[in-house]
Amino acid sequence: MTNQPKEYGLETRAIHAGSRPDATTGARNTPIYQTTSYVFDDVDHAADLFNLQTFGFIYSRLTNPTVSALEERIANLEGGRAGVCCASGHSAQFLAFFSLLEPGDRFLASKNLYGGSMTQFGVSFKRLGWDVDFVDCTDLEAVKAAIKPEHKALFIEPLANPGGVILDTQALADLAHENQMVLIADNTMATPYLFRPFEHGADIITHSATKFLGGHGTSMGGAVIESGKFDWVKSGKYPALVEADPAYHGLSFIETFGDFGFSMKTRCVGLRDFGPAMSPTNAFNLLTGIETLHLRMERHVENARKVATFLAQHPAVSWVSYAGLADSPYHDLAQKYFPKGPGSVFTFGVKGGFEAGVKVVENVNLISHLANIGDTRSLIIHPASTTHRQLSEEQQIASGAGPDVLRLSIGLETADDIIRDLDEALSLT
Amino acid sequence: MSNLVYDDDWLKGILRDVRVIAMVGASAKWNRPSHFAMKYLQGKGYRVIPVNPGLAGGVILGETVYASLNDVPGPYQMVDIFRNSEAAGAICDEAISLKDEKQISVVWMQLGVRNDEAATRAETAGMKVVMDRCPKIEYGRLFGELSWAGINSGIISSKRLK
Repeated sequence: MTNQPKEYGLETRAIHAGSRPDATTGARNTPIYQTTSYVFDDVDHAADLFNLQTFGFIYSRLTNPTVSALEERIANLEGGRAGVCCASGHSAQFLAFFSLLEPGDRFLASKNLYGGSMTQFGVSFKRLGWDVDFVDCTDLEAVKAAIKPEHKALFIEPLANPGGVILDTQALADLAHENQMVLIADNTMATPYLFRPFEHGADIITHSATKFLGGHGTSMGGAVIESGKFDWVKSGKYPALVEADPAYHGLSFIETFGDFGFSMKTRCVGLRDFGPAMSPTNAFNLLTGIETLHLRMERHVENARKVATFLAQHPAVSWVSYAGLADSPYHDLAQKYFPKGPGSVFTFGVKGGFEAGVKVVENVNLISHLANIGDTRSLIIHPASTTHRQLSEEQQIASGAGPDVLRLSIGLETADDIIRDLDEALSLT
Repeated sequence: MSNLVYDDDWLKGILRDVRVIAMVGASAKWNRPSHFAMKYLQGKGYRVIPVNPGLAGGVILGETVYASLNDVPGPYQMVDIFRNSEAAGAICDEAISLKDEKQISVVWMQLGVRNDEAATRAETAGMKVVMDRCPKIEYGRLFGELSWAGINSGIISSKRLK
């Protein structure tokens, strides 16, 4: 056989992957292709494109050159085969499941998820006939006991939002594979700079690119990435991917496109028929953000460690849940899976409970009170009164968002300024 | 898929040198993968000659179908195998026996098709062998088109695509 292909470092790929100079103009940066549609050479070319017999652009709901560059960039950073970008992280989750499930199907999901995902899975997906069973994925025995033959996927956040919990991704992947189902890992909180789920057995990755990938709080976006390694035919659980697809004149996506068949189905059926396309301008902003991913994540983690250490010693704080602290129950898993640091989103508890939590978010001056994570700016939220308010108190506590909990997303400001701001707000509780 | 690794420049060299391809297992049905690949490769300037005993004498995409590699009037540089891994062995051996007469230099087995013993025989005979890949997909990947569908081409370059 032949030589191994050239390998490039993650920093190089964060800047270059997917973004060659424009073939026509030589433009060095990826241009914003602000267009809805693309001309056909002739009727035969149009037919080939619609039949997926050739590669090319038809309509920006399906593909757009700026969005494609971002898709390849994220797929490359994750070490995946292919990617599909869409309007938001939530639509990424919807599209991933749409490619896998039929009405009446079930899947398993970790209890430690972003509250909005619990609502999406537990309430809205039900209306499509997709049922979820939530399970405590920090307890492998509980997962083993919960898996039923009809489950078609296990969905986890390896580094969970709102914070502090790290799952044993490889062990969960092994359990999923023993049961012929895929492991879907949402890598929003970590980004491929800190953690690459495909290296630990995941088959599909979802992202809210809105967060650390874009990094500047400017643009919404989501991504679904596939490893290209899952054997869909052997599994037998995914007839919609393997058998002739009525949405495409009897084409089988896996037979035709092989190890990126899942992505083609996600794009050509999911994106086409439901329409949550990413705008080219957002793709451009997200591409620009990713170019500094490695520098930003390094500082995010450094600042988070300093702030968490400060809070752990503060008299008004009852606990800090950050896996980077030595006394965290997830410290060992953090060492194993997150040697560069377990992200910059974490939670802490205030001694005064719900009222004290409200007081802190209302009295910070530098840190922004809002519902997002992964910004250059430091962010704070009181989940029980906002993102997790749809959940019962029991569910709130189960997902690490009880009444005394505050969630921080530590930004890139001067660490001492973030600490002083929190100190001043806490002194009022 | 499999863990086979091929160097990008080596694959590019094959796709640049080959002009005529004999496609074993070409289908007349428009929604079959072989039909997709044949039509795509024709669009890229290759002549693709279908080989399929069940359809011999018929015409697919403007080309007469032959019953066997031996029946295809040469020269052709590549045999593209759209059959299962086991059947690929005998086809590979036929290609080896016709190598000089038809000027065949490449045996290419499609996505999901892999026969290591046959590959070794062809390589020993001085032929290049690619397994578990689709020439349509590799052409698209190496010449930029596959990136349009969000595929990770693995290509890093500061030169514009020519």
